[in-house]
Amino acid sequence: MALLEAVGRNTIGGLAYVGGLARLSGRAAYFTLIAPFRGHAVRWGRAMHQAMAVGVEALPILSVITFFMGLILALQGAYELRKFGALQFVASAVAVSMTRELGPLMTAVVVIGRSGSAFAAEIGTMKVTEEIDALTTMALNPVNFLVTPKFLAMILMLPCLTTWADFMGVMGGSVFGVAVANFTVGGYIQATLDALLIRDIVTGLIKSVMFGAVITAVGCYEGFETGAGAEQVGRSTTAAVVMSIFLVVIVDLIFTALFYVLGR
Amino acid sequence: MSAPPADDVVLSVRDLRVRYGDREILHGISFDVHKGETLVILGGSGSGKSTLLRTLVGLQRPSAGEVWIRGKDIAKLSEEDLDDTRKRMGLSFQGGALFGSMTVGENVALPLHEHTELEESTIQIIMRLKLEQVGLAGFESYMPSQLSGGMKKRAAVARAMAMDPEILFFDEPSAGLDPIIAAGIDNLILKLQKAFRMTIIVVTHELASAFLIADRMLLVNKGNIEAQGTKDEMQNSKHPRVRQFLDRIAEPEVSEEMDYLQMLTGEAPPRAL
Repeated sequence: MALLEAVGRNTIGGLAYVGGLARLSGRAAYFTLIAPFRGHAVRWGRAMHQAMAVGVEALPILSVITFFMGLILALQGAYELRKFGALQFVASAVAVSMTRELGPLMTAVVVIGRSGSAFAAEIGTMKVTEEIDALTTMALNPVNFLVTPKFLAMILMLPCLTTWADFMGVMGGSVFGVAVANFTVGGYIQATLDALLIRDIVTGLIKSVMFGAVITAVGCYEGFETGAGAEQVGRSTTAAVVMSIFLVVIVDLIFTALFYVLGR
Repeated sequence: MSAPPADDVVLSVRDLRVRYGDREILHGISFDVHKGETLVILGGSGSGKSTLLRTLVGLQRPSAGEVWIRGKDIAKLSEEDLDDTRKRMGLSFQGGALFGSMTVGENVALPLHEHTELEESTIQIIMRLKLEQVGLAGFESYMPSQLSGGMKKRAAVARAMAMDPEILFFDEPSAGLDPIIAAGIDNLILKLQKAFRMTIIVVTHELASAFLIADRMLLVNKGNIEAQGTKDEMQNSKHPRVRQFLDRIAEPEVSEEMDYLQMLTGEAPPRAL
């Protein structure tokens, strides 16, 4: 019985959490998509500021990580491929795995670490220092003021970052291709382009938009759920990172399965 | 629903009850605040005075009762209509609650940017004016983290006044400040009273400060109003709670030995003794 009880309680807790995320996302979507037609200005200035922090400032670390990721993929792929003397397929192996899966996923992980945690910490700290209450008493809706710009920035920047990650991954793979598999740089890129379908890139980008929405929702939700006291901010930040990674993987699974079914 | 209050009553609270979950914090509070007066809400920790303040500014919804501000019962307003009322009120938070990512000047200018169509140059002038009124002229480009505790509170007052509110609220204005800085904040409140005839509501437990700035006082205890009256009435009150609060007498310690034993062991009291 205790086990059933625990399962039930956790299920309800999980559903409540997802409900909370959905409510927050819904309100952010309202302020992004509908409120502008009712005379509320979209905060492009703040969104731009967020886009810089989320997107542009993530480029160096993302570039390095995905470049090495591409190289690792090439090495791992070649380990199997060389048994069949099929090293020339290393370009397509890297290209397809990067664009369909690892480009969006690695981008999401980097963005969770840099921005998802920062959202939770920022909003959590504002909650603790009564700044959220201050916004409310100044007739500034905290969701509109804080979450909407982050949402806009994330769903615009994640596809851009993912595209760049795809490119850097291919570049990483080309190092192996040129050094070991007898490709020229031009030949490797040509092989990549031949292997890729538009569908591969687009499915990756669709996933990245969903990841952006999930990361923003979780980061901001955890921030708003912060209790009293500074140590609660740390708890929220950790929870935001862990929960974001978990939900990104779940969303990834759902969409990958969907694209698998649709792609036949 | 009763009729809205008379014209010179800026804020009227009627039988206000607030509960968090199962616990009722305020058990039916009623009082009026008249235009231009300074009301001090006194109360100890856990008395419900902070909850009262949060309800008056619309941060907490009442579970029953009415809160009339500017001819509207804010207990029944939607969030959006409530925002119209909020724009006419200012709240200076206990810790200042300045936005850490903005300069002091941007903090003060924020409501003007968000809620008015004023030109940038006009906003800058108003912002400097408000900072000057609280004695922070020239500090507009400082970050809140560069200010001392007293300066943060002054900056918070400037921000609360940015929209020229009809009612200005203070949450524990002298908490955490040394006596000299706290006296400075009291003087600032007195100055705002005299210069702008502002309606001011102060929540505090500092007696010295309360008797200096108040026109009228309210003593809140355990979710009820124990006493209200002018400074002199309160000073001469015979009400035991008022005397206890004003004379700083501690709550009597647990004296019954059995009670004490129970408290230690955490056991239920023996039924028949």
